[in-house]
Amino acid sequence: MERDETVFLLGEDIGVYGGAFRVTEGLIERFGEDRVLDTPISETAIVGAAVGAAIAGLRPIAEMQFADFISCAFDMITNFAAKSRYRTGCPVPLVVRGPAGGGVHGGPFHSQNPEAYFAHTPGLKIVQPATAYDAKGLLKAAIRDDDPVLYFEHKYLYRRVQEVLPQEDFVVPIGRALVRRVGRDLSILTYGAMVWTALDAARTLETEGIDAEVVDLRTLFPLDEETILNSVGKTNRAIVLHEATRTGGIGAEVAAVLSERCFESLDAPVVRVTAPDTPVPFSPALEEAFLPNAAKVCRAARALVGY
Amino acid sequence: MAELSPEKRLDLYRLLRLNRSLEERLVLLYRQGRIVGGLYRSLGQEATSVGSAAALEKGDVLGPLIRNLGSVLVMGYTAREVLTQHLGRAASPSGGREGNLHFGRPERGVVSSISMLGALVPVMAGVALAARLRGRSTVAMTYIGDGGTSTGPFHEGLNFAAVQKLPLVVVAENNGWAYSTPFRKQTAARNLADRAVAYGMPAETVDGNDVLAVYAAARAAVERARRGEGPTLLEARTYRMKGHAEHDGQAYVPREELEEWAQRDPIERYAAALLASKEVTPEELAAIDRRIAEELDADVAFAEKCPFPEPGDLSGEVAPPGLDLEPAFLRRLS
Repeated sequence: MERDETVFLLGEDIGVYGGAFRVTEGLIERFGEDRVLDTPISETAIVGAAVGAAIAGLRPIAEMQFADFISCAFDMITNFAAKSRYRTGCPVPLVVRGPAGGGVHGGPFHSQNPEAYFAHTPGLKIVQPATAYDAKGLLKAAIRDDDPVLYFEHKYLYRRVQEVLPQEDFVVPIGRALVRRVGRDLSILTYGAMVWTALDAARTLETEGIDAEVVDLRTLFPLDEETILNSVGKTNRAIVLHEATRTGGIGAEVAAVLSERCFESLDAPVVRVTAPDTPVPFSPALEEAFLPNAAKVCRAARALVGY
Repeated sequence: MAELSPEKRLDLYRLLRLNRSLEERLVLLYRQGRIVGGLYRSLGQEATSVGSAAALEKGDVLGPLIRNLGSVLVMGYTAREVLTQHLGRAASPSGGREGNLHFGRPERGVVSSISMLGALVPVMAGVALAARLRGRSTVAMTYIGDGGTSTGPFHEGLNFAAVQKLPLVVVAENNGWAYSTPFRKQTAARNLADRAVAYGMPAETVDGNDVLAVYAAARAAVERARRGEGPTLLEARTYRMKGHAEHDGQAYVPREELEEWAQRDPIERYAAALLASKEVTPEELAAIDRRIAEELDADVAFAEKCPFPEPGDLSGEVAPPGLDLEPAFLRRLS
């Protein structure tokens, strides 16, 4: 916002209150209420107005208080923003961001991972950071991108990941995955908070003599197919891990890419470790059963290696 | 209408006539099976479009709907653009990616609508917001039909615009019908203008078939917006003289209503008013009509000669990965 005065924020409770998760804390004091706009509870108006402002040359960042509520703005994202450049040649440099994911007992409407709904919409880009470095770098890349970018933040990571970041300006390019851990026996392809779950699992597997590679997808649409193929081409086994539910998820797309493009390299079926096809339950006991965890990843890894 | 010069008054007539004549050409093409997709008429509603858009100044932004051909003609759209677009040709403004009036011209201040009604209201509120943030005096204007006022985005957009006091004018075209659904099944409100009360926003109901009345009301709303006094909802009472689209014979519409509204035809009324004021002769109006007809002859001939897009034009300016319909291994085999 310091660098580019066309960047502004709008959303519910983001100004005076600083955002439900304090993501925008202090910004209204620094940039004023014109650039940190508190809005009515009105996701269609928030994203719709952001689309209009983007068409008119600004770079808005619209906050969904919880990513779950992005469904209220579905039309604006999928039909207005995503199709504008193709239909009319008019780019929509818009970022829609918000906290996604479970693990904090938020129940069915404050825990969802809605990325797959949008990965079926050409014209959008979707990113989800796992580290503080990527959170900053991907957000900057999203803001500077001329197309609409959905930026999902896993709320479980807000207070759990700490890093000292470089002072200078940097971006993490959209469309590039990153190998977080190098391994030779199998690849765990994942994103968001599940990157940490995968790294946990890899440490356990290492004690059993299984050397797992962890690939952080970072951008979910478009997928970085080259990094995925390079990894699985080397390890010959793949687990796709995500917290979102199973059917029609990003994992299904990754599995399809592997089947289409490196079938000959596979020594075992591609396996998905995901949440089951149910809404996110509320009670901790149920939510724990719902969420993928390191033990579930290890079980799948052992089966794959023994295939 | 002291502020409208005689030239501008005559130009309103030209735009009304061009609106209708161009649509009549489109009907002929439609009956020949040349139009790709449906054809949505604005017959009888031309004065609402032309009168409202004419109230904008250079630099203002318009978000038209499907029946606002007159509005985009005011904004400088050409008959050739409209014709090639309806014919799905490569030379059309959208290169064949879109049909009918669904094409934007940002450089001329026109934002393209999508088919989801109501969507343009919050989007145009955003255009107005951007203008204010950039310190410009731009006014945004958009349209909604009586049916579209039942959608959520319409209400969210009005509320947002009112809270933010944005320079937005929303013209609610009450033409009595949303496809086959009459006004009384759309809302229990008596007037669309009444909806503005809920948002603390001024509203006015105007005779939508009187181009000067529409212009005057729109002009007042535009000036209010430009003064920083916020949005206005302007209800234009008019009538949809044709079906939802050309395929629809609108058997559900009472004949007597059509006959009654035919008496209030906006172009005949305006022509009669101009002639009565003695500022124009019948010959001058006939000359305008003739020139439009001649130009349209050439425009239709041009559009029909334009080639269709190539299949290879399918992808292109869309965010990556675009439309990769061919798996990599198929490419390798071929």
